[in-house]
Amino acid sequence: MKANGKVFKYGDNVDTDVIIPARYLAATSEKELAAHCMEDIDPEFIRKVQPGDIIVAEKNFGCGSSREHAPMAIKGAGVSCVIAETFARIFYRNSINIGLPIIECPQAAHDIEDGDMVEVDFDSGKIYDRTRGTEYQGQPFPPFMQKIIRDGGLISYINDREE
Amino acid sequence: MGMTMSQKILAAAAGLDKVEAGQLIEAKLDLVLGNDITASVAIHELGKFKKKEVFDKDKIALVMDHFIPNKDIKSAENCKTCRDFAVRNDITNYYDAGQMGIEHALIPEKGLAKAGDVIIGADSHTCTYGALGAFSTGVGSTDMAAGMITGKAWFKVPAAIRVTITGKPDKWISGKDVILHLIGEIGVDGALYKSLEFAGDGIQYLTMDDRLTISNMAIEAGGKNGIFPVDEQTIAYMKEHGAGEWKAYEADEDAVYEREVTIDLSTLKHTVAFPHLPENTKTFDEIGDIPIDQVVIGSCTNGRIQDLRQAAAILKGRRVKKNLRCIIIPATEHIYLQALREGLIETFIEAGAVVSTPTCGPCLGGYMGILAAKERCVSTTNRNFVGRMGHVESEVYLADPAVAASSAVTGKISQPSELGL
Ligand code: SF4
Repeated sequence: MKANGKVFKYGDNVDTDVIIPARYLAATSEKELAAHCMEDIDPEFIRKVQPGDIIVAEKNFGCGSSREHAPMAIKGAGVSCVIAETFARIFYRNSINIGLPIIECPQAAHDIEDGDMVEVDFDSGKIYDRTRGTEYQGQPFPPFMQKIIRDGGLISYINDREE
Repeated sequence: MGMTMSQKILAAAAGLDKVEAGQLIEAKLDLVLGNDITASVAIHELGKFKKKEVFDKDKIALVMDHFIPNKDIKSAENCKTCRDFAVRNDITNYYDAGQMGIEHALIPEKGLAKAGDVIIGADSHTCTYGALGAFSTGVGSTDMAAGMITGKAWFKVPAAIRVTITGKPDKWISGKDVILHLIGEIGVDGALYKSLEFAGDGIQYLTMDDRLTISNMAIEAGGKNGIFPVDEQTIAYMKEHGAGEWKAYEADEDAVYEREVTIDLSTLKHTVAFPHLPENTKTFDEIGDIPIDQVVIGSCTNGRIQDLRQAAAILKGRRVKKNLRCIIIPATEHIYLQALREGLIETFIEAGAVVSTPTCGPCLGGYMGILAAKERCVSTTNRNFVGRMGHVESEVYLADPAVAASSAVTGKISQPSELGL
């Protein structure tokens, strides 16, 4: 499994209130939520983002409330992967559970800049910055998580196992 | 290489002899918890599963607490979703207005959390039950839904920070000062993905109410869980509350900790977290005159009987400062009744405070004490983020119940010694 796209770069402690403000929580579909994704920190994001694009951020991405609407909004916007130095733990769980690939790599999170073209290989955990010609080793997903993501989330994964 | 207490509990629940930090496991759950906000989302998710029956109707707890009695139509609809689901599935532990409490105060009180359990809850403060020697942690709504169907959840086995507690605290110092001090020390991401494992002979001086307050705020340090060893007090508490069969786990002598922190209770001072992060802690030698508009004593952090007794001891025979609102919220109906019988409620009302039935209410800026722009509140709750209790320009100062009650009397951030106590 691979991701390939243009980078939107953010800093430390991007919290779930910024990813999807509480005033839009009544919405339940990924598409509806996506329409307001990141709007309080980057109003241009949703206009510019293309399917497959990648978010890169620094420390503690997704901190704050346990709302699952945050990774749903990002996935709904077409983002193929989030790379960060670290993720807040409930955000990490929620992302895997709804099938949004995320990967931790401090060096990549630090070096990669806004607008770079980046490729991620989920099987090996390798991150390639095609603009800069650099390569990073992120933490690859264990097979179990790859399976959940490939199935499109925890619910489909559990349904599959039922059969 | 030995295992920490949390790792041992997880290994047992996963049916493994040994686990190590970073390993992915699937563990059996002893309790799956949700509240009026998160359970209603999880119940909608349930429709997507092929299997339709819940794994065990006795091991699911649904606690209506955030906006109870319902504050508006939306919250009424959410509760209705939960209530209908509970009736349809014959859920044993469904708690609604009249029998409820704030979930993290109610679950231990009902004997539903006990040593050795693995518990998930769709609420970030589910880490509270670590006080009883359980592994418990907050998750999202999909996790809760999957937990209700399968009775299992996946976990990445956490590394740990050991917090050694020594000494004996002064009279008005309580669990809140311990945890605020710790968060001030290690920061809001100091324990990210990790367990906070408490140890040391100072623990004997921490009551169960103190320990519940401490474990409650493990998440404010980014922690996955915050766990205490099981001692005589824990066992007495579990017996008193009719908890079923429990199992005490101990960390191995050669367990590995990523970091060690020591807290000496005998030198601990009243600690206040300034806006807008729980890590912005100060003690009174660094706090000048800060006038305030409101005091809140309550929440899953500090709405227990010990907290109310402390507040009453300070408010007895004194008056809440003119033009200040002091809102007191017992965390459960049982605590409410206890406070009533002990005469605490009378003391509060005589002092000029407002007493509410149990609810999360102002803690998350829901209702029952919302702040206007520029207003300041001293609160015994656990988060002081921008806008947490109302207007984005309002301010929340987190403190222990003795500081909150003292501040209600003086009208500025104060400690009991300022009242000659
Ligand atoms: S009292 Fe506050 S922190 Fe506790 S469960 Fe309710 S809203 Fe959450």
